[in-house]
Parts: sequence; C-alpha cells; structure tokens
Amino acid sequence: MDCNCKKLRDDIAAGRIKSAEAVEAVFDTIEKNDSKIGSYISTFKEQAIANSKQLDEKISTGKSAGILAGTPIAIKDNMCTTFGATSCASKMLENFHAPYNATVVEKLISAGAIIIGKTNMDEFAMGSSTENSALLKTVNPWNTQCVPGGSSGGSAAAVAAGMCSAALGSDTGGSIRQPASFCGVVGLKPTYGRVSRFGLVAFGSSLDQIGPITQNVTDAALMMNVIAGHDPADSTSVDEKTAPVCDCLEKIDEPIGNLKIAVVPQFNTGADGDVQKAINEAIEVYKKMGAEIVEIDMPHLEYSVAVYYIVATAEASGNLARYDGVHYGHRAEDIENYIDVYCKSRAAGFGKEVKRRIMLGTYALSSGYYDAYYLKALKVRNLIRGDFLRAFEKCDCVLIPTCPTTAFKFGEKMDDPLKMYLSDVYTIAANLAGVPAISIPCGFDGNDLPIGLQLMAPAFGEDKLLRIARMFESKTDWHKRRPPII
Amino acid sequence: MENLEYKIIVGLEIHVQLLTKSKMFCSCAISFGERANSRVCPVCVGMPGSLPVMNKKAVELSALAGMALNCKIAKFTKWDRKSYYYPDLPKNYQISQYDLPLAAAGFIEIPLENGQTKTIRITRAHLEEDAGKNLHTTGNFSQVDLNRAGTPLLEIVTEPDLSSAAEVRSLAVELQRIVRYLGVSEADMQKGHMRFEPNVNLHITKDGKEYKTPIAEIKNLNSFRAIERSVDYEVQRQLDEFSRTGITMETGNKTTRGWDDDAGKTVLQREKEEANDYRYFPDPDLVPVEFTDSWLAEIRAGLCEMPIKRQLRFVNEYDLSDYDAGVLTAERTTADFFEEAVKSGGQSKRVCNLLTQVGLKMANEANCSAAELGITAENLAKLAKMADGGQISATAAKTIMEKMTQTADEPKVIAEQLNLIQKNDTAELEVIVEKILAENAKAVEDVKSGGKKSKAAKGFLLGQVMQKTKGRANPKVVAEILERKL
Repeated sequence: MDCNCKKLRDDIAAGRIKSAEAVEAVFDTIEKNDSKIGSYISTFKEQAIANSKQLDEKISTGKSAGILAGTPIAIKDNMCTTFGATSCASKMLENFHAPYNATVVEKLISAGAIIIGKTNMDEFAMGSSTENSALLKTVNPWNTQCVPGGSSGGSAAAVAAGMCSAALGSDTGGSIRQPASFCGVVGLKPTYGRVSRFGLVAFGSSLDQIGPITQNVTDAALMMNVIAGHDPADSTSVDEKTAPVCDCLEKIDEPIGNLKIAVVPQFNTGADGDVQKAINEAIEVYKKMGAEIVEIDMPHLEYSVAVYYIVATAEASGNLARYDGVHYGHRAEDIENYIDVYCKSRAAGFGKEVKRRIMLGTYALSSGYYDAYYLKALKVRNLIRGDFLRAFEKCDCVLIPTCPTTAFKFGEKMDDPLKMYLSDVYTIAANLAGVPAISIPCGFDGNDLPIGLQLMAPAFGEDKLLRIARMFESKTDWHKRRPPII
Repeated sequence: MENLEYKIIVGLEIHVQLLTKSKMFCSCAISFGERANSRVCPVCVGMPGSLPVMNKKAVELSALAGMALNCKIAKFTKWDRKSYYYPDLPKNYQISQYDLPLAAAGFIEIPLENGQTKTIRITRAHLEEDAGKNLHTTGNFSQVDLNRAGTPLLEIVTEPDLSSAAEVRSLAVELQRIVRYLGVSEADMQKGHMRFEPNVNLHITKDGKEYKTPIAEIKNLNSFRAIERSVDYEVQRQLDEFSRTGITMETGNKTTRGWDDDAGKTVLQREKEEANDYRYFPDPDLVPVEFTDSWLAEIRAGLCEMPIKRQLRFVNEYDLSDYDAGVLTAERTTADFFEEAVKSGGQSKRVCNLLTQVGLKMANEANCSAAELGITAENLAKLAKMADGGQISATAAKTIMEKMTQTADEPKVIAEQLNLIQKNDTAELEVIVEKILAENAKAVEDVKSGGKKSKAAKGFLLGQVMQKTKGRANPKVVAEILERKL
C-alpha cells in the first residue's frame, strides 16, 4: 500500500480504503521493520485502530472526516500528548505524562489524523544523529550502519521506511531538514512563529519550530495546512493580521514564473564531491524550467554555527533548569538536602551532550561573559537576518545543500562534538533568521545514500517555497525511491 | 557605649501584589488560603512544553502605579529570565524585568510627624511573577504549594532617601493608600499583598571621620509595626556592632537578615560574599511590550489626585481637622462620596461628621465602603441640611441615616415616618414649657436661687420638656424659652 498522505486521505475520504485498514497495514510494517530501525519510542496501536474505526463510521455516514481523514501520523517525542509519555528521549522525562496536548497535536486530531506513535530523537532535540537518545537507537533505513540524522531521526526514518504517512519533527538548527536529507524524504522548517510551539518541550525557544516530514512536497503542503496558524497560547506565534495563513496546497502544482534562484558559491564548495555534483545538477533542472540563477554573497553566514551554539545553549540552560527532581524528572535517591536533589538528579537524569550544552549556555550567560558572548551573538544574529533580507531583494529563494555530507556512520562524530556541530552548518542560518527552509531529495552518493537540496524563502513564504520545491520534484523522481529495507 | 553621631540611611524594596483576576502569565485565579496546589495549571507550574502569555491588565496596573509615583514609563520594555534554583520556583527561573523596567526615576511624597512632607526618590518599578511557598510541616521532607506561583507583583525600589524608622513606616502607609486609591492592589498586609525589605546602614561620624556600616537587608516585612520596629532595632544593632568591632562597609559584607517579631530582633540569614549571578537574559517565550501614546493616555485616565494632596486640600477647602481629612481620604470612594455630598449642598463639617461617625461604622459592619451603603450623595446632603437647619436632632440624623441604607426614600420622608421632625414652633413649645414650670415648682425655685443647684435644675427642666415632646423639641429653642421665663 502506498501510504503517502495526500493519496491515502483521498482514498479514505472516497471510501476506496478504510482508515482502519491503512492503520493496520502501517502497524504491520512497524511490527515487521521497526525492531531493525528503531523509529518509535512508543506506539498506540489499540487506540489508533479504535480511532480509525470511529472515523470510518463517520465517513460511511457521509460526514466530513477532516483534511487528514484517517491517515496514520507519527509525532516526535518532544510534543506533549495526553496519551503515552512525552519523554524527549531522556531518562529525565521517561515517565512524564503530560496533562494536555500540544496545539499541533490538537490540530492533527481535529483534522482527522490518527496518531500512531511517538518517535525517537536526540535527547531534548540536542544532536544531529539521534545517537544522543537515552532510550533507543535509530538506524538509517538506507543503510543500517549509518545514522538517520537528528534530532528528528525517528520521524525521518519512520517516513522513509513507510511506517507512517507523515510525521512531525522539530527544528532548532536543522533537526527536521538534516534527518530528512539523510533519509531521502522531505522536511520543512516553517517560518518562526508560523506554527504554535505550545506543547513542544522547549530547547532553544527563539529557534524551535515544528514542521512536517513527508514522502513528498505535496504532503508537506497538506500538513502545513493543518498545523499552521496563530495560537493565543503561544505569544511568539504570529497573528493572522500580520501574516495571514496561506493555503499551501491550492496552487502546489503551479510553477512559479520568472523564478529567480540565488546560489551561495562559498557554501556549495564546502560540501562533499557527490553532494556538490547533485546540487549542481539540481541547479540545471531549475535552469531548464526557465529559472534565472543568481550568485549572491551572504558574508555573515559563516558565523552561524558559532552564534547558534551560544543562543541555543543559553536558552536551553534556562529551559532545562526545571528538570530538577523537585517538580519534574528523575529524582535521585540518597538525598541529604535540596541542593543534593538538584545535583544528583540532574547528574543522573541528563545525558552527556545535554549537560555539555547546559554548561555552555550557563557560561555564556554568566556575569562578565554575557556581553562578550550572548550579546555579541545576538548582534551577529541580526547581521545574518540582514544577509537574508538583502538576498531576498534579489531572488525568490536561496538554494544550498541541506548538509555538507550524506549520512555518516555510527560513532563517527560522537567523540568530536565540534565535528558533529558542523554537520548543521547549512541549516542553522534559517533558524537564526527565522525564515522557512525545506529539504527535498535530489540524488544519491556513491554509497546509495540520499542527498538533500535545501531551499530557503522569505518569512511566511511557505506556499511559494513549497511550489518551488514541487517544481523540482515534478521533474525528478528521487523522492520515489524507497530504501532497500522495505 | 560611646555617644556617636550618626545618620540613618534606608532604601526600600517593596513587593506589591496587583489586583488582577488572574495570574501574570496564565488564566489561573488569584487565590488566598485555598487548598494547596488547587489554583495551578501547566503554565504556572512550569510544565514541559507550556508557554507564558502576558496578562495585559497587570501591565496596565503597573504603569498606572508608575505614573502615580511620578515615574517615567518606558516606551519599550521586555521580559527577562532571572535564574536561580529554589523549590518554590517551578521553572527555576523567574520571569521579571532586568535592564528595561516598566517605570523608573520617580518620587513619592510622604507625610512627616511635624506636618511637613518629604520627597523620596523612586529608582524603578518593575513587574514580575511571584514564587510559590515551601511548606515545612511535619516529617523529614518539605512540600511546595504553587497556588501563589505566577501571581503578578510590582517591585518598587526607592533610593536610600529615608532617614528614620518613622519615615520608613510613613512611606509604607502612604504607598498603601496610593495603590488602594488607584485600585492597583488590595494592599492587605495580612495577606502578604505588600511586603517590605528595608536596606539599612549608618553613616557614623567619629573623630571627624565618616564611617559607613555594612548594609543589612531585612527580608519580607508585612506589617507597619514590624517595619518600624525592625529598622529601629537594626540601627541600634549596627551602632553597637560598630562600637565593638569598628566594622565598616569596606571591611564587612552586606548581610540579609530576618525579623523575629516575638523576640523583637533581626536575625542573620545570609552573608553575601558577592552579588548573586542570576544570569538574566531576555525571555524568548514572550514578546516585548511597547506602550503607544494612546495606550498610555488610556492608562493615565485612571489617575486621580493623590491622597496626600487630597487630605491637605480637604483641610484647607472644607475646614476639616487633619485627622478627619485623613479618615475621609483613606479610601478614594469615601473621599469622592464626601465631595459629592458637599457639592450637593451639604455643609462640609456636618457631612464629615455623618460620614465618619455613622457612615464608616456601618460600612465597616457591612464590609463595604461608605459609598456603597446605598445612600446617594444628594440624600446625604439633604440629611446634613436638615440637621443643620435644626429640623432634626443629631441623634435623629443618625437614626435616619441608618434607615437610608434600607430605603431610597428622602431623609425628610423618613424623618416624618419616624416622627423625628423637631418642634421648632415657639408658641407651641411655650405652652409646654409653662406647663412644666407649673408642675415643677421646686426646680424653678432652685434655678432662681442661683449657685450650683441652678444649673442642674435648668437641665432637669429642659429634660422634662424633651420628655414631654418625646425628644422632638428643638433643645436650642426650649433653652431659649426657659431662659426667658425664668
């Protein structure tokens, strides 16, 4: 069964397939393959089948079942659900059961989506390989020796291996796009403020954004139609007056005339040979469709990683302070006093990378260092924003690789955090500037590992960005390839 | 102890709980004395994934208080996270305002014992959320009640312009009057709505040199008496310490002290080696607040004449004693009610007496303000006029006023119903007086004999007349007639 979102929901809505059948089929795939892949931290088979049967009944009586009508959807395990745990792949929150649903979860459910499980990730979304999960190992469906990318590795692997119709990920510095690139699927990070963060366990609050990971661009557009919009519970979500939500699906197959695409030479040349080649071929595809290619300079983007690891860690040091064993999280035994509760609980509950980032952020905010690090980082962040604003005066979108490499092997970068951080070098800028960015499959390297093409557009230009991505997809069939494991 | 010449230097930090229906960043009701943890939600307990949303009313009340304290209101202000670990602080950071407080550079005028006023400079006033409460009841553990967590607090900081315990108390009383006047706070000290933290030290002159004692901060005072006593105690303690040890600001540390009300002492809590590092940084979950001119004007419309000025005006304009003016202006509605009644034609002293001697007592019993007793200012004025014109006695006025709280009838109607209109008709009263004189020959003789007995006998005869007329004779008129006849 082809489980891509749009097709499946059309089939279900038209009564050609029952939602319960689709959900059961997906669970068959999960039961067959997920012991090898390790996408899901938790699944909700009984609940999902019961919900899909209810939906089928609704459809059979001619009622509208919502725009995701009975499709099986996966959610990254850092979005709160009233069912199951919301673990953030951390020992700290292994047993945290939220009393509320994240706004995106509510939106999915009211659109008729069947939530089938919660996916693995780097602990608290900190990492680029999902190796930092304290609970589970996820492998890349294209090559089980390789990482799926991260931090939304579980979601990307699940979509690639057909273990859901679509998934939600979260992206703070590339955590949707990089695993999408590594797993050969589509991943969209929306504009900051476009999708509510309410119920998303925070990592870097000024950077975090929830977005879809899907088998194709059309599905990403469909998912955006469900999750985008103002939420009064999130002060940073943008109101309808400032930026009305566009229908991303309506014109998805209409190419954009007079398309101007900017390339940033300094970025392409930093990538692996195979990646460079695939990106150059992608540029040719757009040229053939009549797009004009312009070269631009974005001089401050080279500071992205440095800025990011100050801003994100500073915010994280505050956001993660609440996991102290008093109110939330693992509480250590053998306690002398309340300081002991904090120290011992946090020492045992957090993994190495999380501790490293909390330390970094704490340091950057400390008195005497604040101006030199945090304040300076904010200033450079503004310059990076400026680079994008200037770029978009000259083009409709910026085209660069999603990652400098394809999926790497387990353990390859675990001992060298800096090397790991650099795998996000192309994705971080979009988070710092708050602009939307998408990764779409654009080829394979010599080891048959997928390569991702990244397109970035002006703020709130998701509809146009998706159309530009769809133009490429319609002329290529990289997105149709499935990993050998299935 | 040697006789030292010294100056007392005190600055205050004051926390004022704002009179909002809901908490600062969520919709939980403000509560007092409720069951522990019964007034909480995911936001105020800092649950993973929850986000704060600003209470606009709290911002408006703070700006109003800032205006009343003659502060500059910031056009642009923002929220900062103040990080420290404590069990009553669920997120382990407090949302507060750091470098851009909502209000700054103002002043407050306080009355002094000598009848003059003194100006105390206000450094700043900023808005923040309150913490919960740690409960140490029984057993080898502590509990945390988060009902109070997230309650909006206005923190007001003064310059060290106060130079005696009496001045500190006077400021506290004046501030309470101001915030109550503006409806900014209930300012109920017993409920902890206002908490004071004086920073006290001395400038001592000895052998022609000036020495400054180390500053002591006395925490969490919540009664006027404790404020005055603790500062007095601290002055003596610092004098004594200086005499014994010669310790100064340069050689000693700033200390934090608690007030033991039973023992009448301040107790050392903490000695600060250096300033705490709270790692302030802008809260990325909230958007900055920008005051537009029209919004500020709207808030400014809530301002009124400040109590200290109004009290002085009442003394001058209405010829009242300072005491009476103070009583009338303690509450804004009472003062408004008084002025309305005077404007409607009531003689000021008479209206004042009716209000202070009858109205406020009834209001106190009914647990409302005098203006809420159900008496209109017009009717109060009419009542005052009747009493002034001798149509009713002072006692009758009291009875009528009590009745006025139950009926909308005019005082004259009530007086007639209750038969309380005084007999002013001289001819009629003369007949009665003649009769009484005839019946009481002995008393008449006593009057005429003069001396001590004369006065008592006059009183007796007057009493007889009043009795005969069931208290409705105008005693003034009766006395005149008696004088004439005897």
